[in-house]
Amino acid sequence: MEWDWNFVWEIMPTLLAGLKITILATVLGAAVAAVVGLIFAILRMTAPKPIARATGFIVEFIRGTPLLVQLYFIFFVLPDIGIRLPALMAGVIGLGLHYGTYAAEVYRAGIENVPRGQWEAAKATNLTGRQTWIHVILPQAIPPMIPALANYLIAMFKETPLLSAITVLELMNQAKSVANSSYRYIEPMTMVGVFFLIMSLISVVFLRWLEERYARVEER
Amino acid sequence: MTDWSGYIGLILQGALVTLQLTVMGSALAVVMAFLAGLGRVSRFMAVRVLATTYIEFFRGTSIFVQLFWVYFVLPFAGVTLSPLQAGVLALGLNVGAYGAEVVRGAVKAIGREQREACIALNLTRGQAMRHVILPQALPLMLPTFCNNAIELLKGTAVVSLISLTDMTFQAQVVRAQTGSTLIPFATILVLYFLMALAISTSMRWLERRVTRGLDGVRT
Repeated sequence: MEWDWNFVWEIMPTLLAGLKITILATVLGAAVAAVVGLIFAILRMTAPKPIARATGFIVEFIRGTPLLVQLYFIFFVLPDIGIRLPALMAGVIGLGLHYGTYAAEVYRAGIENVPRGQWEAAKATNLTGRQTWIHVILPQAIPPMIPALANYLIAMFKETPLLSAITVLELMNQAKSVANSSYRYIEPMTMVGVFFLIMSLISVVFLRWLEERYARVEER
Repeated sequence: MTDWSGYIGLILQGALVTLQLTVMGSALAVVMAFLAGLGRVSRFMAVRVLATTYIEFFRGTSIFVQLFWVYFVLPFAGVTLSPLQAGVLALGLNVGAYGAEVVRGAVKAIGREQREACIALNLTRGQAMRHVILPQALPLMLPTFCNNAIELLKGTAVVSLISLTDMTFQAQVVRAQTGSTLIPFATILVLYFLMALAISTSMRWLERRVTRGLDGVRT
């Protein structure tokens, strides 16, 4: 079978519509992951021991099982207990939960990397807990986290094709449906690959820039 | 009341396929990781470019897309693979690309003085790599390799979408036949978790094994 440019242009609008959903899912998933990760990190660091350990176990469990199965779980099992989610929403929750556990580790490492002296100095200057967090700890903890978080954002973007398995019409699913109706697999599948490659090459450049900008803060 | 023992058997059969995929995929991934990782620190420009292209390509596109490409597009180029072969190939190449960066990082992390000592002792590059650099770099790689192996295990779930009868696929079959969703999916989640635990435990053992005799070498 030969590569056919006309066919490529023909299917382009469908693929771009899929790309839009892919990006939407990534952005929403990232937002969920950022919040979920923060909750996990705080629970693991400050909650009473049993809760902290339970959280630790949940995080390990989510990290040790495939995202695809988790998506199936959210999409197929939850309706049995009365929670019926639209496919995209289930996908966003699945992505967010899965990558939230990764983000939690990044947060934890970032916060623990702030030297003890900073905490003590904050206490010595009589700052309240809130002031300590907002003015002392977080401004030092967040910049080094940014490249690592961006890394997971890219990883998450690359996992979004899994959402096609729970009927979200994102890039991969659009390509599959085009391929199935026209019996041409080369162009749609290759174009999906090319789209992902372009996006990730751009994001690699962006990531390098972020690293230059933020990761060296400690070396002052 | 449905007869669960038959269905559990089905899922266990799937677990076997998942295990097979993980082991074969890991083997391919390790080979690719060392080839490409050492290729990136090669003397020859062409080898470096080739290795970099491989790594960037496979890290840049998702495993899902690669798998579909291998399974659906390669047949048009005359290469027809069984789902298992396609799964092993895609998983191995994908995780191998991640592993290659680990190999490169670990090799680069070995201090300059070690290389200089090798030159002073008149070792060839091959000897230096084999007897001096790699034995020290290996312990540095293992923790990340462990994570990569778990990622590979999780990646195997995706092959169910190209109709390979792995654990996830069998769970779907059970779901379709019994109409029960909680039991098959909860079962395979636990099984996946146990497999991941087994990987990290055995990796920790391996880590102790290769670091034996290195105590005090590096602070």
